[in-house]
Amino acid sequence: MVSDPTPSCEFVADVLAGRTRAVARLMTRAEAGTDECRPAMAEIYRHTGRAHVVGITGVPGCGKSSLVTAVTQAIRAEGRTVGVVAVDPSSPFTGGAILGDRIRMGDLVGDPGVFIRSMASRGALGGLARATLDAVDLLDAAGFDIVLIETVGVGQDEVDIVRVADTTVVVSAPGLGDDIQAIKAGVLEIADLHVVSKADRPDANKTVTELKQMLMLGLRDAASWRVPVIATSAETGEGIAELLAAIDKHRTHLSTDGNLADRKRRSAEARTLKIAEDLVRRHYAARRDAATDALIDQVSNRKLDPHSAARQLLGTLNSEITS
Amino acid sequence: MTSEDDKIRVLIAKVGLDGHDRGVKIVARCLRDAGMDVIYTGLHRTPDEVVSAAVQEDVDVIGISLLSGAHMTIFPRVIELMRDADAEDILLLGGGVMPDEDVVELKAMGVAEILLQDTPPAEIVATVKRLVEERGPR
Amino acid sequence: MTDDNRTNSQNAFDGMALEQLEQTHAEWEQGEVASFLARQPEAKTEYRTGSGWPVQRTYTALDVADTPLEDIGLPGQYPFTRGPYPTMYRGRNWTMRQIAGFGTGADTNQRFKYLLSQGQTGLSTDFDMPTLMGYDSDHRMSHGEVGREGVAVDTIDDMEALFDGIDLTSISVSMTINPSAFILYAMYIALAKRRGYDLNALSGTIQADILKEYIAQKEWIFPIRPSVRLVRDCIAYGAQHMRRYNPVNISGYHMSEAGASPIQEAAFTMANTITYVEEVVKSGVPVDDFASRLSFFFVSQADLFEEVAKFRALRRVYAKIMKERFGAKKPESMRLRFHAQTAAATLTKPQYQVNIVRTAYQALAAVLGGCQSLHTNGMDEAFAIPTEEAMKLSLRTQQVIAEETNVTSVVDPLGGSYYVEKLTTQMEREIFAILDKVEAMGGTVKAIEDGWFQREIADTAYEHAISKADGEKTVIGVNKYVEEDEDVDIETHPYDPETEKRQIARLHATRSDRDNEKVAALMEELKAVAQDPSRNIIPTTIELVDARASMGEIIETLKGLWGTYREVPVF
Repeated sequence: MVSDPTPSCEFVADVLAGRTRAVARLMTRAEAGTDECRPAMAEIYRHTGRAHVVGITGVPGCGKSSLVTAVTQAIRAEGRTVGVVAVDPSSPFTGGAILGDRIRMGDLVGDPGVFIRSMASRGALGGLARATLDAVDLLDAAGFDIVLIETVGVGQDEVDIVRVADTTVVVSAPGLGDDIQAIKAGVLEIADLHVVSKADRPDANKTVTELKQMLMLGLRDAASWRVPVIATSAETGEGIAELLAAIDKHRTHLSTDGNLADRKRRSAEARTLKIAEDLVRRHYAARRDAATDALIDQVSNRKLDPHSAARQLLGTLNSEITS
Repeated sequence: MTSEDDKIRVLIAKVGLDGHDRGVKIVARCLRDAGMDVIYTGLHRTPDEVVSAAVQEDVDVIGISLLSGAHMTIFPRVIELMRDADAEDILLLGGGVMPDEDVVELKAMGVAEILLQDTPPAEIVATVKRLVEERGPR
Repeated sequence: MTDDNRTNSQNAFDGMALEQLEQTHAEWEQGEVASFLARQPEAKTEYRTGSGWPVQRTYTALDVADTPLEDIGLPGQYPFTRGPYPTMYRGRNWTMRQIAGFGTGADTNQRFKYLLSQGQTGLSTDFDMPTLMGYDSDHRMSHGEVGREGVAVDTIDDMEALFDGIDLTSISVSMTINPSAFILYAMYIALAKRRGYDLNALSGTIQADILKEYIAQKEWIFPIRPSVRLVRDCIAYGAQHMRRYNPVNISGYHMSEAGASPIQEAAFTMANTITYVEEVVKSGVPVDDFASRLSFFFVSQADLFEEVAKFRALRRVYAKIMKERFGAKKPESMRLRFHAQTAAATLTKPQYQVNIVRTAYQALAAVLGGCQSLHTNGMDEAFAIPTEEAMKLSLRTQQVIAEETNVTSVVDPLGGSYYVEKLTTQMEREIFAILDKVEAMGGTVKAIEDGWFQREIADTAYEHAISKADGEKTVIGVNKYVEEDEDVDIETHPYDPETEKRQIARLHATRSDRDNEKVAALMEELKAVAQDPSRNIIPTTIELVDARASMGEIIETLKGLWGTYREVPVF
């Protein structure tokens, strides 16, 4: 809540030492969007890049939370540590949110090697919240080996996760016939791994076959990563070990064929542009005065074209943003 | 520029074995509709799970609902764990069915407020806002 | 209403009379009603039932003209709208069955004996939360809850104490328990065998209705599919060995308590019923071999006429489902029998004595609706589990209805009321419409997995809370006629803080005084049976509890095989 009596910078050492309270508190401040936490977050950023960031996405009801829980348990069984950032949608009407992913992650609570953070999307599109990556940075810097991002289960037309995760897992549930079509349209090509959840259901095999057929149609060149389709059941544990092995293998693949650097760079670019865009929007929203109103009026009255107006606007905002 | 996304975070939990979640879900919905971020942990949680989740989620408020009559066992344990976790700046609220004398005792122990059955939703929202404001920034 | 309905010979009224009535009715609206309204408008612009259905100013033959006469029928005759039996309370009153349970088996045994001495005619057992959830009293999750809200039962030794000195062949015993029901059922059977009873002489009911747990009450242990199998096993075992016992009590009550409207309560209960019947039939038991032992449990709410219509519609719907969908042949297989309980959610802390009055009217609705047994809530239940005094008063409430009001002299006394018949038919149609919807979603289990029922109930509960908060829905003493400085002085049921210790000591004594090798061997057998869904789990469970295995031991073993259920988050 509100401005902080403890300067955020004082938390940095504690975050790097992996202290839960400091990690959690700095996440809250980053999420609140206070500029005061920026120096601390800048320092944190210099200590990131070590964790394997895995995005898990899929339509609502496909079993993402259960899968995250099962995968986390498998990772923990090997002794590695896990951070989880679970994003749920905010209400477009009230701005509030009910974040329910923890219901399914109950078995993970109490293990110091697991840190779970629920986050509201707050109107952001693409399945992530604005502060999701700040949270990922904090978990990375705090020393968690793998960071899982569970995206909002929205339609998959705009998927940010692929631009920021090292490995993207797309989850489909059996029996969601129409959604297969949606997958075909948008998500097929973004997946590094496909998971068909609820494999204990009778119709799971059909979905696996359908997905495999679609993947054949869009076959990439032989040297590149072959996207596996893995059937899992969070209930029986089927396929979870296989999935974890595939996640690890993908990371190895990235680092051996040089793609990892490309991905990291792609992520840096996407993130920087996104923040720039947000900054412009926020500063514009905060400013909104007679001068900007007049500018918009001119465009509205056809006295000025929108391109010229945008350039003028950027000129005006520029000094404020960079000061 | 200051924060624009400054929201009250509330963790809502059912602790113990009873499954009466009609009230707690209405509370979650009302708090969301008042613009808060509500983390709902589901049923049958232990005090350890609740406190550990609250610290990771860095919430302003923990709301525990309980209709099994075990409140005099469970709340003291939660308070003890909050103390151990250095999380006493989190406000603890209780809800459910309990006798008035227990309410007095729980408040003396450090529960910020007890919201009994039939507390109107608007009053619950107002109470959370007031308590967070009174506590101030942290 | 169409013309063919009117001319249909099955209807109660001929077309000419109806046409005339329609005209008279229109004249009345334009004449008496209009001039009266001009002088004094009605208090509200619209009037609604508890389900939220708008109701008319009055009802006439026009409103029942499209209800086929044979759908109304006569008591004890298909489709049983007017009652499951032809003579109803003229032959025998409903069973007055006050639920009781607290502390240890011996503690509750005393309360049972007291209630029987006061004229109660059936027993009903409430278990504590650990027992309901399948935890032994010494499990860490049980801490603080042992014997608090019900009686603690860990082993058959507790069952012995619970029914000590009570002849189980001469009184029916109901046990309210769900995910762990099959174990209690096994303990009851093992106890009966030890006492040398003929199992066919036992009458009573075990709730064992797991589907409504996922939907509403949230007492679950295992995932849905193995849980439904356990219910199937209870029913199938009963069909074979216990002619007079109800091995399942399919319940709408808890859905109502979680916020469901009367129509949702009725329809969702029927959806669950269909699933159970399908499961048992699939396992090879013919429908007529077990359907007569299915029993039901509904709430009796405040809106008296709607509740009566609900009970009547449920009987009609059930009869049609069993006959048409499942091809039942015996009338007993189509006859819905139910236990009713007044609505605990309507009880208030402020001015708590008013609860006696509320409960009395709700009880009357159950009786006018033709219940087979009834529990009336205690006035103090918004504070704690009821005291002996409060239970006596609620038993007396039933006795007043049975013995002073004469409502029991006539079978289905509200039958033929235009309003009640209209509501009954409306309810029936809406129930079938909802059942079609569930079917289209892929059936009950799928709809539960998708959180559909849960969301429907949460929405109704939310609307109810809002309309209560803004005073639209009156609750005396809470949002109307409030006494500002009310000083509630009430003596509540005391909880003995030593209960937990006493009970754990009993459990440990049992564990150290049994053949542990035998228990371990039977536990292995249980695992084998559990992993083969075609087998019935009850016989091995009976052997296990008879060897004094504890409930928690059995449940933990099965958790290892089946895992546990996690809810679908729905708000």
